[in-house]
Amino acid sequence: MATLSPTVAVKYPQTRHGGGSGAPPTHGNGGGDGRGANGSPDYGERLRRARLGLVVGLTPVIMMFVSFTSAYIVRKGLPTVDPRTNSYVHDWLSVNIPWGLLLVNTVILLISSVTMELARRQITRQAALAPVSSIPGVSLGEEKTFPWLGVTVVLGLGFLIGQWMAWQELAARGFYLATSASSSFVYLLTGMHAIHLAGGILALLFAAATSLLRKPVEGRRIVVDITAWYWHFMALLWIYIFALIEIAR
Amino acid sequence: MASTEIIHAHAAPQGFIRKYIFSLDHKVIGLQYYFLALIAVFVGMGLSLLMRIHLIWPNANLPIFGAIKPETYLMFLTMHGTIMVFFVLTTAPQGGFGNYFLPIQIGAPDMAFPTLNMLSFWTTFVAFVVLVAAFFVGAPLHGWTGYAPLSAVPSAGPGEGLGADLWITSIAIFCAASLMGALNFITTVLDMRAKGMTMMRMPLTCWAWFITAILGLLAFGVLLAAGILLLMDRNLGTSFFVPGGLNFTGQTSFPTGGFSSSTDLIKHNGGSPLLWQHLFWFFGHPEVYIAILPGMGVASQLLSTFSRKPIFGYRAMVYAMLGIGILGFVVWGHHMFMSGMSPYTAFAFSIMTMAIGVPSAIKTFNWLGTLYQGRVRFHTPMLFAIGFVSLFVSGGLSGPFLAQPVLDIPLHDTYFVVGHFHLIMGVAAIFGIFAATYYWFPKMFGRMMSEGLGRWHFFLTLLGTYAIFMPMHYLGLAGQTRRYSEFTQVAYQTKLIPLQTFITYAAIVTISAQFIFLFNLFWSMAKGKKATDNPWEATTLEWTTATPPPHDNFGGRTPVVSHGPYEYSVPGAARDFVMQNDPATTPAH
Ligand code: HEM
Ligand SMILES: [Cu+2]
Repeated sequence: MATLSPTVAVKYPQTRHGGGSGAPPTHGNGGGDGRGANGSPDYGERLRRARLGLVVGLTPVIMMFVSFTSAYIVRKGLPTVDPRTNSYVHDWLSVNIPWGLLLVNTVILLISSVTMELARRQITRQAALAPVSSIPGVSLGEEKTFPWLGVTVVLGLGFLIGQWMAWQELAARGFYLATSASSSFVYLLTGMHAIHLAGGILALLFAAATSLLRKPVEGRRIVVDITAWYWHFMALLWIYIFALIEIAR
Repeated sequence: MASTEIIHAHAAPQGFIRKYIFSLDHKVIGLQYYFLALIAVFVGMGLSLLMRIHLIWPNANLPIFGAIKPETYLMFLTMHGTIMVFFVLTTAPQGGFGNYFLPIQIGAPDMAFPTLNMLSFWTTFVAFVVLVAAFFVGAPLHGWTGYAPLSAVPSAGPGEGLGADLWITSIAIFCAASLMGALNFITTVLDMRAKGMTMMRMPLTCWAWFITAILGLLAFGVLLAAGILLLMDRNLGTSFFVPGGLNFTGQTSFPTGGFSSSTDLIKHNGGSPLLWQHLFWFFGHPEVYIAILPGMGVASQLLSTFSRKPIFGYRAMVYAMLGIGILGFVVWGHHMFMSGMSPYTAFAFSIMTMAIGVPSAIKTFNWLGTLYQGRVRFHTPMLFAIGFVSLFVSGGLSGPFLAQPVLDIPLHDTYFVVGHFHLIMGVAAIFGIFAATYYWFPKMFGRMMSEGLGRWHFFLTLLGTYAIFMPMHYLGLAGQTRRYSEFTQVAYQTKLIPLQTFITYAAIVTISAQFIFLFNLFWSMAKGKKATDNPWEATTLEWTTATPPPHDNFGGRTPVVSHGPYEYSVPGAARDFVMQNDPATTPAH
């Protein structure tokens, strides 16, 4: 009943069956392995899609921190009942933030953002040259591949260790998680940020792993590219959090 | 921009596990969501039956459960609400049908990120398992809204210990799953439309799924944040939501140190229960639209198809949905009029809430306009689509009443609200799911569902749900409280017993009628009449594919679209409908 109307042919990424009921693909990675292993070589499109996905995916992260922020601000201004006097009291306790240490961490994170960007540009170049350098007999000369990615991972871990030290310092000053609402929020905001950054580090390690497995550089480039944007976002987010807990003390 | 040539990056999977369990195919994932919701809805329905029975025969000894204690009733209530809202109304319309048909309707071979898609289903599944686990350790009492401090203090009541932890964990996992899904839907719509499939040529179902995904993207992050805070309050001793001076079991907690005795309450020193309500309802109100919008999309699609008329006011429909989506984020306070709120704030929320009536009315009138003078074909899916409109109107009319603080304060904790939200959110959205099931079944399974059984199912369910939920408005006006396990011994409520008894009988009949549907569903899969590729003579792209659609939907081709989605009875056309991918011989608009 339905007329199958004019269609355009798709340019196929690789040998594959025609319709839905065709034979299984005969090449490498086996069926249905998904985009990563079996992906199309149209990396430009995949990159654009991944970037779009990242922008969309950052929205809920923003919403989460917006929620925490509004809770923070509201709680800061909120009086609570003291049953002993049966009256409202302001129980907000200014947290004595180890801001020197946090400043050092901030610098580390900002530097890591720079090295991340260098890693991104490096792999972008590599991906652009990949088709040329894969032609037999063509050499692009000695490639200098400074391990920017590795440096970024190390700096990222350094930041996390620095944050951990900051928590130790907070505790030493008597501010534990449940000491007061203000200290709860400081731990909450820094902790949630740390978890998100750790996710970025995992993504970079994943990219490194695919390079060891000699997967095509273009695929790795996509991972590095979106992780880089994510990383920059995390740096911005950190500056925001730092400013918040410092200013709205 | 629309990509002209879409490459389907993964090949058809081999082997049972890759094909049916950890499948990357959006169609399989859609069915997985659908069947998860089907299991969930029967669990939720069973619980509602137990509650109805307990309400009118509070001393009855039920099989398995024995005599129901008040806390058991509240556990049923919590699980019923949570399962229904999250695992049925959020899961089936969006995760189920959205997954299956959104890519096909926009001419894409799959979702933008198939692996993420698979992950989001399995995460939802884990969330469901964790929720059901709460049953076995004693489910929480705090209802689907989980108000603090009841939900924030483990010793606040039976089920508020481990059960509540599982409940919150389940919700948090569900949030993560829904966020993954929303990300995928949005990217797919923005980036994977076939050539010629402009945004304004998308079927209204796609618009609905798209807007729903945006709402989910913005709302679930907030619920996740709230859930994290709640878990910290419960397990790490923070006091985001637990107020100072709380006196639960004889102990009092004091702000700024100094506590009266040593229970888990002493760890708390002054948080705000209202903060939970704000965060929850900032999610909660958009959530009710997450549940209903896909149904609106389906109703629009079906009313147009079966009236053989273009949808009345396509653009108005799109803008109305966008308007509902935007307004939906600024009205959450209408759930909190009773919680203590400045009259000025309440006034603002009230005005904004009533403003939602405008786009809602636009949609309703456009649906009626679509039906008007149509050559209506009353197939079962159409019956359910009309039923959807009916329920949307009858449930929606009570909204503007509740939106006024002076009326809401006496009505808030009564059955009036139960009637309102069950008609509009519960049953209307379920009718959307039914309509979609009857409509797309031929495409999904290659066979038709039985019309005879479908009709019985429709009329019994329509009359049954009206019989259940309409009288609840009256009960509420008469002062019947909600979330109480027993009322038969409350003097002023005893006169309501006959009506409550009637409701319980109506519930028994309606629930029984659902087994007609269940039978029809599975029987038709095996024995139904073979379906053609386009049994309803509809115009959208899913009806151009083979039945069921092949792994990459269009068999290695990608459609080019030159028509809007609802070109029925076009003057001068050879047939009374023009497929979206028919060549553009006639002017496209
Ligand atoms: C013109 C449209 C609507 C208006 C003005 C409206 C207004 C309201 C108001 C003021 C309340 C709070 C009542 C109270 O708790 O005291 C409420 C509750 C509720 N509404 Fe609506 N509503 C509308 C449409 C909808 C729709 C479309 C849905 C779902 C699809 C919905 C679902 C709910 C639910 C679930 C609750 C109760 C939540 C709870 O307390 O558990 N409403 N509505
Ligand atoms: Cu609401």
